[in-house]
Amino acid sequence: MTAASAPPTARSAGFLADLSTLAGRAIRLMLRDLEGVIPAMIVPVFFFAVNVGSLQDQFERAAPGFDYKAFQIPVAVIFAVTGVSRASNLVIDIQQGYFDRLTIAPIRRVSLLLGLMIADLVLVMALTVPVLLMGFIAGVGFASGPLGVLAFIVLAGCWGLAFTGFPYAIALRTGSPAAVNSSFILFFPFAFLTTTFAPKEALTGWLGAVATYNPVTYLLEGLRSLVSSGWDAAALGRAALAVLAVGAVSQLLAHAVLRGRLTSGRR
Amino acid sequence: MPTTNGDVAVLAEDLRRSFGAVEAVRSVDLAVRAGEIYGFLGPNGAGKSTCVRMLCTLLAPSGGRAAVGGFDVVRDVEAVRLRIGVALQDAALDAKLTGRELLGVQGRLYGMSRKQIAARIESFGDLVDVAALDRRIGTYSGGMRRRLDLAAALMHDPRILFLDEPTTGLDPVSRMRVWEEVRRMNREDGMTIFLTTQYLEEADALADRVGIIDGGRIVAEGTPDELKRRIGVDVIVARVEGDPAAAATVVESLDGIASVAVHGDELDIATADGAAAVGRVAVALAAAGLHASQLTLRRPTLDDVFLEVTGERLS
Repeated sequence: MTAASAPPTARSAGFLADLSTLAGRAIRLMLRDLEGVIPAMIVPVFFFAVNVGSLQDQFERAAPGFDYKAFQIPVAVIFAVTGVSRASNLVIDIQQGYFDRLTIAPIRRVSLLLGLMIADLVLVMALTVPVLLMGFIAGVGFASGPLGVLAFIVLAGCWGLAFTGFPYAIALRTGSPAAVNSSFILFFPFAFLTTTFAPKEALTGWLGAVATYNPVTYLLEGLRSLVSSGWDAAALGRAALAVLAVGAVSQLLAHAVLRGRLTSGRR
Repeated sequence: MPTTNGDVAVLAEDLRRSFGAVEAVRSVDLAVRAGEIYGFLGPNGAGKSTCVRMLCTLLAPSGGRAAVGGFDVVRDVEAVRLRIGVALQDAALDAKLTGRELLGVQGRLYGMSRKQIAARIESFGDLVDVAALDRRIGTYSGGMRRRLDLAAALMHDPRILFLDEPTTGLDPVSRMRVWEEVRRMNREDGMTIFLTTQYLEEADALADRVGIIDGGRIVAEGTPDELKRRIGVDVIVARVEGDPAAAATVVESLDGIASVAVHGDELDIATADGAAAVGRVAVALAAAGLHASQLTLRRPTLDDVFLEVTGERLS
């Protein structure tokens, strides 16, 4: 037996070890790139302040007892967590050849994306906390109690994770930072053609119809139920289904594009 | 299960790859023996990197087959990946990690323990500046980045190493350090090395055998000495004032001239005995009314081989 054909001393580390290594690297890089997180913290605060400042009086006068700040907190959280991903860093990895180095390693292909997504999940859940603190400072309380706060953070984190498939698919398909930066446009119909500013009953015509089919409508309904009305299994179930539906589409898309890139050997 | 004889580390048979209508690799056949340093040369766009990417399992072939370490690059991808180390053309690094962190990630992906990783990093003392490994890679010089890239490729102690232009852009000192490490790995560890380079002196200095690819096919293969002997024993370079084609006709008619190649105003004249022929060449050109402004006698180089088989100079 020659050196070339002898059994290797290296071995596959296993799926969980690969995932832990790649997620660890992504989290370490995220902590070194905190300036990239600042917009995700400013945007929700801005929208919360503008929406509450301009619409609170109108809605609360029209419906006595309606707490518009509590209504807006889930919106601010959705703005904070949607589209936050390491997709730009993935593009850099592709451009610098580091993605090739990872690809040549004896790892499960799926861990290339899942490792990044674990870091995304940590980040989006962390981003939820300051937004909630802002809400608490503004006087918003949680009808569902401390466990409801936790459920709120988990649900928002899962939504953030569900959405990341889209920017990753764009990053893997194009390898272009500009294309990834433009992917926030995808967020617009999800974020604005829904109950962002007004309850569903107040949406009429085409906007009401679109909002009925927009999964964010049900996500907001579930999050709002935790804030305003306590544990509402039906609302939370619909929110979970909405997250699962969007997650299934975006993750299948991202993994299909990953498979395509690896099969074609595109650089 | 291995698909080739264990003496063959890298095997390609009618290996092909197309990108749409473009045939990047038309039909490559090669066999690199275990423990050999194989130099892979070719002009830009010849198909070198495409071949390397297929052999490294980064790119699926369109046709033919290849095996590395005895395992098929399509069917036994993981077995191939465990046996190879790869340093591609651009140093594949992450500028925001430190060198030690990058090597740690690499080691963990190959199932190494913390202790193994630390020991392996210490063993790279001759290749990389170990003291610099705690700095972020973005602060490294070009030479250090290339050497770290090589260290990352070696982290899991591969049997077969693919080096795609490993010294391009390096200063002479860094280049020599990489050469020394390549020689050491081959000599002491018996590592098979598949070396793509655009530096002919690098192939001449390091490679046991050289393959030249052009237009997606291997057009010449052999030891550097064998390839040089194809040209003839000596080369006379004549710079001619006048019509070079007419000068070539004059020189070709002389006895003992193996071949004449015209490049601009220069003739490359291959001959078995340069010392004896140089005077006759000068006289014949003068008699034909063609003045040779410069006549140089030298041993053939791989560049001459390259010129003969591809029609262009690499250097």
